[in-house]
Amino acid sequence: MADFEVPELEEIPVVPHIKEGAMSHSSPFISKEQFQEPLGFPGELVPNWEEKVYEKMDDLRKRYRSFQVYLDSCVKCGACTDKCHYYLGTSDPKNMPVARQDLLRKVYRRKFTFAGKYFPKLVGAVDMDKDILDEWYSYFHQCSQCRRCSVYCPYGIDTAEISMAAREIMDSVGVGQKYCNEIIGKVFKIGNNLGLPQPALVDTLEGLEEEVEEDTEVAVKFPLDVKGADILLVTPSADFFAEPHVDGLIGYAKVFHETGASWTMSSIASEAGNFGMFIGSYENMRKIARRVRTAALELGVKRIVFGECGHAWRVAYSFLNTLAGPWDFLDPRYPVPQHICEYTYDAIQAGQLTFDKSENDWRTMTFHDSCNVARASRMGPKPGGQFDIPRAVIKAVCNNYVDMPAETIKEGTFCCGGGGGLLTDDLMEIRVKGAKPRAEALKQVTENNGVTHMAAICAICKSQFTKVLPYYGFTMDQIVSVHQLVSDAIVLTKKDSDQAKSESDSDE
Amino acid sequence: MTVLSIFFALLFYAATAIFVIGLARKIMQYARTPAPLKIPTTPAPVTQTGVVLRMAREVVLFASLFKSNKWTWLFGWMFHLALLLAFFRHLRYTIHPDGVFGFMWPLINNPIVLAFGQYAAFAMLLGLIGLFGRRIFVDRVRYISAPSDYLMLILLFAIAGTGTLMSFVEHTDIVQLKAFVLGLITFNWQNMPADALVILHLGLVAFLMIIFPISKLLHAPGLFFSPTRNQVDNPREKRHISAWGQAIDDAEANKA
Ligand code: SF4
Ligand code: SF4
Repeated sequence: MADFEVPELEEIPVVPHIKEGAMSHSSPFISKEQFQEPLGFPGELVPNWEEKVYEKMDDLRKRYRSFQVYLDSCVKCGACTDKCHYYLGTSDPKNMPVARQDLLRKVYRRKFTFAGKYFPKLVGAVDMDKDILDEWYSYFHQCSQCRRCSVYCPYGIDTAEISMAAREIMDSVGVGQKYCNEIIGKVFKIGNNLGLPQPALVDTLEGLEEEVEEDTEVAVKFPLDVKGADILLVTPSADFFAEPHVDGLIGYAKVFHETGASWTMSSIASEAGNFGMFIGSYENMRKIARRVRTAALELGVKRIVFGECGHAWRVAYSFLNTLAGPWDFLDPRYPVPQHICEYTYDAIQAGQLTFDKSENDWRTMTFHDSCNVARASRMGPKPGGQFDIPRAVIKAVCNNYVDMPAETIKEGTFCCGGGGGLLTDDLMEIRVKGAKPRAEALKQVTENNGVTHMAAICAICKSQFTKVLPYYGFTMDQIVSVHQLVSDAIVLTKKDSDQAKSESDSDE
Repeated sequence: MTVLSIFFALLFYAATAIFVIGLARKIMQYARTPAPLKIPTTPAPVTQTGVVLRMAREVVLFASLFKSNKWTWLFGWMFHLALLLAFFRHLRYTIHPDGVFGFMWPLINNPIVLAFGQYAAFAMLLGLIGLFGRRIFVDRVRYISAPSDYLMLILLFAIAGTGTLMSFVEHTDIVQLKAFVLGLITFNWQNMPADALVILHLGLVAFLMIIFPISKLLHAPGLFFSPTRNQVDNPREKRHISAWGQAIDDAEANKA
């Protein structure tokens, strides 16, 4: 099945001994000129690139406090060394968070610190060269920017910040990653990561309406580009057709239907994901985020709700106000943006939804906390709402729920292995190996508690797990969307869609 | 004045200057560098008071390290706590109860420092040995250690070691040492005792002060400026924007 060795799952996970160079062969495809230019990056390695690397590094350390402070503060205590799922899955020491940072820190020290300038050997400082650049390219694309290391570091050093900076430096000298940069280009040109143009979206959504009506005999709407709707839903484009994502989209639509909401999706902002974050580019991330503003203004909505997506929710929750705000033209009674889980949870609290939980009785559920939802965002008013609210939604629609071992969930959750711009076939080996810690935790509850399915609220997690968990003996349909569970249990009490009514009202 | 005393007097003025100016420059650099995005590691406090509490837990208890690795926490915390006690105990050499800094006398003259101050040295040494052991024996930590990481532990060990020896084995002339230190502070130079241990101890401490602002000892100010720890989790409620982020917005608005 694979041209690499798939790790064996351990009963009791152990921290492996280091195996130097175990993953040094892993590198994603390099971006070609045509994918670099739309993002404002040179098409190939620029002349005099070493100097340019230093210049960019200097620029970034002046613009990002995190970068400057984290480069200085590490004491090499080793507390983070066994926290990265890529180290646990590959044993490659350069996948230990501190060692990953050191790939960049050793160059920073040489150029910008007294000790590195005059005593390079003493502090392990080296000049930039092509081998180091190659190493950066390899290992900074073995980091999913999941922030697990930052939880455990005594100074909160977040390797994700270093990875983003490294990728931005590489982009700035013409060494980009094809997967991320090609996708960002598609968002700029077409509106979403998958390159689905507006007519294709219309088709897909009409198909979904027919399917749901056949299934339920209720006309649940999937509106697109409806001016004057109250709510703009921004969701990852995988929700439009991939399994199990699309079952989640059906779930959102049913919830909106039942709450009588007037809502719409947008073809301009037909993508929640923001790969600008993965490449550490404020400018590109900002440009992608501002599509949401444009869509909200053009459609005249009052609220913005984001669908199930992890890194997308980080950008939405933590950065949207910065990048595309202020949102003073929206209804001030609601946070901007809201997560679909917050929306559904509030509707459940308000008694607006009716469920037949027994519809999910054939499943025993567990929940995978997506890394960027868990450690880089929140839901609801209280810290930790990002853990409680999705679980509360699942428990409202399912009778059987079990958590995975405590150190593998919530703030200690393991990344799926495919985040941060790694969800591409050319990185399959690192993706499979990086999923090992999660697979081990899942196996435990499968064997001990009879768990049959794992729910996730992230498009990347869902795609990644359907692809890699089969390597560990699971089946791809064991991964479900949270709103797929909602969809299966919800009782549709309204025969007509309020949406349809208000649309025909306005036609008259 | 002996040559030795003059040398050490000058050394300590230089070391203090480098320490204070170097650290102030670093702190200024950190304070001036913008944090353009909200990146607290969540769950994070939603109020400023909450952030102060979070930071206090990190500074006083090493909360994140405790979550991470109990051995490293134990050795590291033990070392730092003992260092603090030893520091208070050393204040007795720099403060006169009736002098300007006399108000700090209770810091020294209290039961905890009096009872444990002297023995803190052993906790320090033990903590350092533990940390050194982890560096050598845990393959992951060995892999990430540069020569400077070992040397730093050895330096601290030597400082604590010479201090312990003076405290328990080979006493130096404390009265004269105190006169020397107070003389430095009041610019009324006095001779220092010329024992090997005291020379070594003071020399190494001066060296530590000099390398503080150019080494990983910067983790001390760094912690307070770490955005993942010191930011309030309120991005939806309050718009966070850096000056350079605003400049991008403005430039675009002007174009349109
Ligand atoms: S836990 Fe933090 S300080 Fe310790 S080695 Fe890792 S990054 Fe460095
Ligand atoms: S951010 Fe996640 S993937 Fe990257 S080094 Fe830290 S733990 Fe590993």
